Amino acid sequence: MKQVIMGNHALSFGAMISRVQVIAAYPITPQTQVVELLSELCADKRLDAEFIKVESEHSAMAACCGASAVGARTFTATSAQGLALMHEMIHWAVGGRLPVVLGNINRAMGPPWTIWTDQNDSLSQRDTGCLQFYAQSNQEVLDTVVQAFKVSEQILLPSMVILDAFALSHTSEVVDVPDQKLVDEYLPPFNPRYILDPKEPHTFGGLTGPDGYYELRYKIEEAIQDSKRLINETGKEFGELFGREYGLVEKYKLDDAEIVLIASSTIASTARVAIDELQEEGKKVGLLRVRVFRPFPSEEIRELLVNRKKVAVIDRNISFGHGGIFAQEIKSALYNCKDKPPIWGYITGIGGRDVTVEHIKEIVNDTIKSEKPEQDILWKGVKL
Amino acid sequence: MERGKTMKLSIPEEELVLQGHLACQGCGATLCMRYALKALGQNTILDIPACCWSVIDGPFPHTSVKVPLFHTAFETAACAASGIRAGLDALGRKETNVVAWAGDGGTFDIGIQALSGAAERNDNIIYICYDNEAYMNTGIQRSSATPYGAWTTTTPVKHFKKMPKKDLVRIMAAHRIPYTATACVGYPEDFIKKVKKAKEIQGTTFLHIMSPCPPGWKSLPEETIKLAKLAVTTCYFPIYEIENGEKYTINKVIKNPKPVKEFLERQGRFRHLTEELIEKIQKNVIDSYNGLLKKAGLDLEVHVKE
Repeated sequence: MKQVIMGNHALSFGAMISRVQVIAAYPITPQTQVVELLSELCADKRLDAEFIKVESEHSAMAACCGASAVGARTFTATSAQGLALMHEMIHWAVGGRLPVVLGNINRAMGPPWTIWTDQNDSLSQRDTGCLQFYAQSNQEVLDTVVQAFKVSEQILLPSMVILDAFALSHTSEVVDVPDQKLVDEYLPPFNPRYILDPKEPHTFGGLTGPDGYYELRYKIEEAIQDSKRLINETGKEFGELFGREYGLVEKYKLDDAEIVLIASSTIASTARVAIDELQEEGKKVGLLRVRVFRPFPSEEIRELLVNRKKVAVIDRNISFGHGGIFAQEIKSALYNCKDKPPIWGYITGIGGRDVTVEHIKEIVNDTIKSEKPEQDILWKGVKL
Repeated sequence: MERGKTMKLSIPEEELVLQGHLACQGCGATLCMRYALKALGQNTILDIPACCWSVIDGPFPHTSVKVPLFHTAFETAACAASGIRAGLDALGRKETNVVAWAGDGGTFDIGIQALSGAAERNDNIIYICYDNEAYMNTGIQRSSATPYGAWTTTTPVKHFKKMPKKDLVRIMAAHRIPYTATACVGYPEDFIKKVKKAKEIQGTTFLHIMSPCPPGWKSLPEETIKLAKLAVTTCYFPIYEIENGEKYTINKVIKNPKPVKEFLERQGRFRHLTEELIEKIQKNVIDSYNGLLKKAGLDLEVHVKE
């Protein structure tokens, strides 16, 4: 059924149609509507789940880990400081092979206090082993929650579904909330092989020395590499059932492009308008949206970027001391390729600064005009 | 004993703690687990944060307990237990006991926020803190459960602990949870009775168990039970229970307390104490015990006979 809902509610409905069984969450702006709606859905039994109103995000993820270990489908949502507080337990979910799904509203980190968007909160979780999906619309938020459960529960690793603060979290869009029967067909109940069960007692997470720990990490990498295939397959299957197909990356008017613009989240949806206008002006530019950051779609990036003339990456984040994080990852994916294009790494929109069609066109035009990237970090719109 | 008559055991025979665990000699925490699991039975899930028991259980792939065990992060004993409980409830496995099992560091210090959260929500979990009065697993550092006067590696004798032990039982009672109790490995029948009582209660139950630690207390392994009993008979660690945060019952009333010196002098961690300091500790122990007697509504005031 089509509804006009905000991104936060798309997360809540995504959890509802995924039939989550345990929710543990703590409120934080701009995530609050997620937990408010979930509380209502649980209270009026539209969602048959246990909702633990924990006293912190750290406890939220710990409770999700515990619930997941007994075999329950679990969900939580947070943002920025809350995600940073969860960090230890995200590692726990990964190491414990617990497929918790976590909604994160991209909000810039304090201090100073701020509530507007950028990606530094989620990208700071880069090396945990948690999958990261960056959504560009409320529809995609809802659809991705369902897909994230399907992928996570097969590879036994947690997933993070990420949406921009305000640009999605508080913006209402038309969202098709699919029929429950169809969702049930797509997403089977969570039924892990090993659970905490007194009838078959096992110890989870016991002390492991150098003899075994290494292999356990290898298996995590093996699983997350395998998730690349699964994400594309489940995204395709989703398309067959619901008419909306998803993958690791999304191409937009890319086929004949000499210059490739790379963006993620809502900047990517704004960039489509910029690409339309630039192509009308006769410029050979196309868009590549990175939807999944972990696992990183290195193979797709290589396939789509080799032999192009130039690449411009927009990062709404900064790894202090090095540069934009998507740009770094793309450079590293291409390093061993022949005929790799030069990469312009732009940073913009930090802390929720507006990124308009005009800004994106300027970034592309600057890339066209310059022979090579003058610096590792190309700041756009800094007022000094 | 007459032929044909058998002794009736007050402690369940079933052993759910196996041989071959990694505890030190004379470890109180291991006895705690043995008694607790006897009371809880097989249908139990243990949730253990960083503490001695994360080592005692044994390295992967071994385990020393016959029940499922979930190792969790240091500060998450209570909330992980809440999650396990919620998961079981959601799956209709309501009969399984969920036990958060933590040391004093994980309870009094780093885990108190999550514990308070679970208690305020009155989540249906049993929280058992085995208290050996310092961070023993990391090598004897002071915690907020370390008593006044004690030596630890972070409170060296020249700078022994100057603050009293945190009164966690009162903090838990202030949450008005249905059941809060103290117990001691020196009195297993009382301990087991309390675990069984906690098991029958819906809501958060909190058990605080005094658990001697020979390496940390610098005591003799063979004196663990003696020390545990002395902790009670000197009134250093009274065993009592509080129902709904209000109704105090002292399960073993000590009318003639032994001098606390008898408890202190058997432990190297108190060896530096002067007679004057021991006097001070003695006064605090008796004052606080008399306060407890009053809370329990007993018309009694005790003192140590010289």
